[in-house]
Amino acid sequence: MNDVSSLLELKDVNLFVGGRQLLQQVSMQLGAGEILTIIGPNGAGKTTLIRVALGLLPPTSGQVNRRAGIRIGYMPQKLHIDPTFPLTVKRFLTMSGKIQPAQVLSRLGEVGATQVFDAPLQNLSGGELQRVLLARAMMYDPELLVLDEPVQGVDVHGQSELYQLISRIREQRRCAVMMVSHDLHLVMAATDRVLCLNRHICCSGTPEAVTSHPAYLELFGPHAVQHLAVYTHDRSHRHDACIDCRAEDKHAG
Amino acid sequence: MLDDFLFRALLGGIGVALVAGPFGSFVVWRRLAYFGDTLAHSALLGVALGFLLQINLTLGILVICQLLAVLLFFGQRQKRLASDTLLGILSHGALSLGLVALAFMENVRIDLMAYLFGDILAIGTVDLVWIFGGGGLALAGLLWLWKPLLAITVHEDLARVEGIPVDRINWIFLGLIALIVAVMMKVVGLLLVTALLIIPAATARRFAGNPELMALLASLIGCLAVAAGLYGSFTWDTPAGPSIVVAACLLFLFGWLLPRREA
Repeated sequence: MNDVSSLLELKDVNLFVGGRQLLQQVSMQLGAGEILTIIGPNGAGKTTLIRVALGLLPPTSGQVNRRAGIRIGYMPQKLHIDPTFPLTVKRFLTMSGKIQPAQVLSRLGEVGATQVFDAPLQNLSGGELQRVLLARAMMYDPELLVLDEPVQGVDVHGQSELYQLISRIREQRRCAVMMVSHDLHLVMAATDRVLCLNRHICCSGTPEAVTSHPAYLELFGPHAVQHLAVYTHDRSHRHDACIDCRAEDKHAG
Repeated sequence: MLDDFLFRALLGGIGVALVAGPFGSFVVWRRLAYFGDTLAHSALLGVALGFLLQINLTLGILVICQLLAVLLFFGQRQKRLASDTLLGILSHGALSLGLVALAFMENVRIDLMAYLFGDILAIGTVDLVWIFGGGGLALAGLLWLWKPLLAITVHEDLARVEGIPVDRINWIFLGLIALIVAVMMKVVGLLLVTALLIIPAATARRFAGNPELMALLASLIGCLAVAAGLYGSFTWDTPAGPSIVVAACLLFLFGWLLPRREA
């Protein structure tokens, strides 16, 4: 790689699975300390892109370069723990290696979830579980946090809190963040750069630039922007005409 | 004392129950009950193979179970068939193929019931060697894999990102399951192997706050079921394998009546 400050670089990545193209000519770069948010409709390949970037899925063609020896913290999209699996938060956070309880407590403190230290994982609320997952991702002082839909299963108020938390973690730890989000309006304040994905990269840039980009408007519909404006004024308001956004709301809620 | 068939039965049953506890816990946590069934159902094919090659029948079962485990490992990577559909095809296909293959062997007369439901009272010294040798090996393997296997049970991709060789460990784990299924056959038979794996583990869940305690309790509950089942079988002249499973079910029900201590 030419750019020494780059933590992660994808070059012309294509991915075919079972004859279907899931990623098409995707190129991207992530620098140290940068927050990049990937947005896109359902089935756009957001999680797939994350998995390719992490090396969990080899691309059909193209290059994926992670800086040698990089420490990556990963927060998966869903955690299915069978109810028969007796696992406390403490155990969940110490199971990946030699980690002292004090270190677990300090990480839980950073994400504001010390109260669940001894709780069974299955008993956590959506927001608590996301915080615990975030704490696990942060366990080994990562230089890059990869978060797949970090606000999933969290109510709207909790979502913006979580995004603020992620933004604060980046400032304190100076780590880079690559995350997937369903909706741009809540994540706007917490991200440096947005990458709008629909198998290929539709557009990318600052949140402001992306929201006014024709490709973004085409993907999410002109109502998305209207929705954005509505959102900031009245969170309970629903636009009947805005089918796309309603679908997004349902998913996020 | 080893001459006493009842003592050998008890010893063999306890050996199997000790191994079944920790493995059964993973089967429950990872929802592999149907998977275990499929391996067990293929055992009859292994018996046929044993007769065909004139080798030890347990060895024949072991070979077939291992083959099926390999087949399942690759089968679950394809996305065309849902994994329970695939398991259903292999499970019943293997069971039927085993029955048909045995029917073709005209000079072989076997007690089918002994294979379907176990023949614990006929456990000999060689069987005990299989149970304690094979079972001990499987248990040692499981202990060796314990930590990474727990991490994989929580989330495969997360384990991968944290540097655990997930595929290799899953591979070994399936091989170990195939080994214990072959070993457990003698005690409860191929139709009831999964029962002895999952019922004690499910019973232990209510009283365990961490994975290790649950595995240990499952072993103890399994031993209790074996002892109670054998006693019942001896007293009322009922088939031993099913009696053990009935005892396990009763213990499970009894567990629900006790106050829960669950984390």
